Amino acid sequence: MSDKKLSALAEKSNAERKQIRSERMQLVLRNKTFLVGASMLGFWVIMAIFGNLIAPRGAGDQDFEFVSVGPSLKYWFGTDANGQDVLSRVILGTRLIVVMSFTATALGTIAGTALGLAAGYFKGKFDMIVMRLIEAISAIPVLIIALLAIAALEGRSPTLTVIVIGFVFTPNIGRTVRAAVLGESELEYVAAARLRTERTPHILFREILPNVLPPIIVEFTVRLGYAIFAIATLSFLGAGVEYGSPNWGTQIAENWGSIYSNVWWATAFPALAIASLAVSVNLISDSLLEVFEI
Amino acid sequence: MSAVPTLELRDLEVAYTVRGIDREVLRSVSLSIAPGEAYGLVGESGCGKSTAAFAAMRYLPRNGKITGGSILFEGKNVTDLSDDDVSALRRSAISMVYQNPATALNPTIRVGDQVAEVFQLSGVSKLDSFAMAQEALVKVQIADPAQVMRRYAHQLSGGMAQRVVIAMALASNPRLLVMDEPTTGLDATVEAEVLDLVRDLRRETGTAVLFISHNLGVIRHMCDRVGVLYAGALVEQGATAELFNNPSHPYTVGLLRCIPRGGLHKSTDRLDTIPGTPPALGLHFDGCVYAERCALADDKCRTQLPQMVTISESHVARCFRSDKAGSLPHLVEQVDFAPQSADKATHVGELLLEISHLSKVFTQDGNKVRVINDVSLTLGVGETLGLVGESGSGKTTIAKLLLGLVSPEEGGVVTLDGKGLAKTLNRRDVHDVGSMQIVFQNPDQALNRRHSVTRIVSRAVERLRSFNVKDSINRAHELLSGMRVDATLHSARPVQLSGGLKQRVAISRAFAGSPQIVVCDEPTSALDVSVQAAILNLLVDLQKQDGVSFIFISHDLGVVRYISDRIAVLYLGRVVEFGTSQRVFNGPFHPYTEALLSSVPNIDGSIRKRIPLTGVVPSPSNPPSGCVLNPRCPRKAGSGYEKLCETEEPNLTEVEPGHFMRCHIPVAKLKQLQN
Repeated sequence: MSDKKLSALAEKSNAERKQIRSERMQLVLRNKTFLVGASMLGFWVIMAIFGNLIAPRGAGDQDFEFVSVGPSLKYWFGTDANGQDVLSRVILGTRLIVVMSFTATALGTIAGTALGLAAGYFKGKFDMIVMRLIEAISAIPVLIIALLAIAALEGRSPTLTVIVIGFVFTPNIGRTVRAAVLGESELEYVAAARLRTERTPHILFREILPNVLPPIIVEFTVRLGYAIFAIATLSFLGAGVEYGSPNWGTQIAENWGSIYSNVWWATAFPALAIASLAVSVNLISDSLLEVFEI
Repeated sequence: MSAVPTLELRDLEVAYTVRGIDREVLRSVSLSIAPGEAYGLVGESGCGKSTAAFAAMRYLPRNGKITGGSILFEGKNVTDLSDDDVSALRRSAISMVYQNPATALNPTIRVGDQVAEVFQLSGVSKLDSFAMAQEALVKVQIADPAQVMRRYAHQLSGGMAQRVVIAMALASNPRLLVMDEPTTGLDATVEAEVLDLVRDLRRETGTAVLFISHNLGVIRHMCDRVGVLYAGALVEQGATAELFNNPSHPYTVGLLRCIPRGGLHKSTDRLDTIPGTPPALGLHFDGCVYAERCALADDKCRTQLPQMVTISESHVARCFRSDKAGSLPHLVEQVDFAPQSADKATHVGELLLEISHLSKVFTQDGNKVRVINDVSLTLGVGETLGLVGESGSGKTTIAKLLLGLVSPEEGGVVTLDGKGLAKTLNRRDVHDVGSMQIVFQNPDQALNRRHSVTRIVSRAVERLRSFNVKDSINRAHELLSGMRVDATLHSARPVQLSGGLKQRVAISRAFAGSPQIVVCDEPTSALDVSVQAAILNLLVDLQKQDGVSFIFISHDLGVVRYISDRIAVLYLGRVVEFGTSQRVFNGPFHPYTEALLSSVPNIDGSIRKRIPLTGVVPSPSNPPSGCVLNPRCPRKAGSGYEKLCETEEPNLTEVEPGHFMRCHIPVAKLKQLQN
């Protein structure tokens, strides 16, 4: 083959790569599920970052002339029994739940990935012990572990909640990663790495890990949805965060009693916020599954 | 022959929707198959062979659609038939045999129930259907049908499973049988049996067959007429013998020249290759689809669409220059490799590797399975040792033992250059590891798909030669350009490369540590023949320039014969014959080698008498007593050594200078039987 032909071939292949990438981007951008999910999540991320600039009132501001007043032009989402603006408290509550759920899921993903990689690669006894532990942990409902841990450690800090949720998510991620690694470690590129005297950590993290990323990313988005619910529920039960701070779960906990006196707005809007955040994450994970055919 | 063809495709066009865009895969394909005729479709992968088959069945994948032309079945247009009518047609008139019999059968249903179901669908009562199923299995020459019917698919061997699939396909008495690479996954001896069976059945039933294969030898033996597909276009069509003897499209000529056939050897002959790669899916062409790769192409070829030209009454080719196709210039590609240690080349033939008494026992479900039994071989500097044998003969396990990926049993020793190697990889030093490397069968699995080409090779240089990062990248680029991987591809990921380029990267990696021996484990079996020829040329050049030795594992006897200096034939983990390439291929043969050689369909059309191996390969967990080949041996009966064969295992003995055999029958007697 002449050099000219070869470099033409190479150009073709580079052009092809760009072509495939742009076609795939097109497909993602044309995917309605992704667009809806991404714009909803984008909205909440902006709220989380710029919430204190956007919120019309402060978190603690009270207006005693408007107590438990329904949605109006002045208070779009109405006010609660303390005369606080529901809209502002929903906006200001975003940051905490977004940051907490992301960190908790990230923590669980990192721990689960490390465990899953090791279990899937070493197999044998180590794998058996890790898997039995994982099964034991996942046999207990998430919320019960979280409540027990928080009660036992007598803490009520966001940090503790994040750590506990991360711990509880570790088994699920670990199992997903292990399954992917089991197949991957049989492939010949792993043998090829051993045949150039690569050490085990290199094989695990540099050779195998990049190839099992897609299922990890999907599992991350799925877990993120659960984390949002778990944190909201824990704060609703009064176990997640300190009292007083604006927080969707706490907001619902404080106001749900007044539903019976027809003050639905103080509960409904934070509840909607939780639902829409969780749904946005799920929509994104669904569309990624579809486009990348994992 | 009646006037109405069984199947006719008229200007058929099919497109696949990939990533939201329609891509043309069949370009105006017209062909017809007469009742009782066997029509073969050949071409490299991605040329649309299977698409044509699926279109004929009206069974395109979900993203596929017919965009033009028509499909006629017995004169009736079935292009726009409703799904129900198509089902009826498939139930009664058209059947298909798929490539992989293991996945074509349902793993959760007993074989008998599956075969019987086909009869039940055509309205036979449940009771009768089982009797008919048993009859159907008898027809495909399954020895103990009643017992086979009670088994599940995974309990069948590949050949047996394919027979069951064929029995199911024939159950409806189809007028058209579509066979998509029916023997591709099977061993040579099994392939030969299945092909014999198909030929017998065809003679009996008179079914028309659309036979798809990439293997020109198989097509030559099986088909009355042949069509050659390239990039979705039918470029040549003709009666089999005529097309093979007088190929008139440059693509057909090129394909036939790529194949290492009878008698060619690396020392005297170079293989031809076809430059370039098949076009990407759905590319649009103004002119001939093949112009880009054709050495004869001129401006007319690139701008005008050629029409079918009549070569003779039964032979057409879609080419402006079909009269010149036979004089297509030979294309020879040279590599330019700078060896790092030139001293190797000077000792060609000196003893380099000695394998003695290598054994390996695996534990399977509590049973000890001896997969390798006392294998001893030698290899000289700059030589190629071919390892031949059917699946399960232990070829790949020997490779893994040599490399230290699995450790041999006590007593097995591998000596490289006078130095005993440690049993496992972890205990070998960097020099030993770098001295023996491997090129795997499947480059898709052997190259990390997340790493760039440069990184894959440079990392190996860095680890094996202790170079710093910059030097190892430079050396990697040197190696890659020596293997003719263009500089613009250095940052590419493996997925962007064609199969041949991927294998070149894998070869570059194997050469990163200046190896003395490279094990090539079926390096070309996943590649198309034109690419295979280029890779074989590359390996031969590397050997000439660098003095490297190869251990070449392959089930393709033509390839092994071409590239090997010495050949070891394996059966059930034992070496049954070992000698120079010439001795092993020219005889006298070991009975197993003889059967193996006779089962390969020849591309030149010469008929060789088949020496069949009866029965199936026994399980290595329970090998037969005496000679392990004895229950299947084609030469045992009447040799006068039956008793000995059944009771005592023969030793590997030197029957001629440099020619070893494991057989009780004296070589003179074998020679006499084989003539």
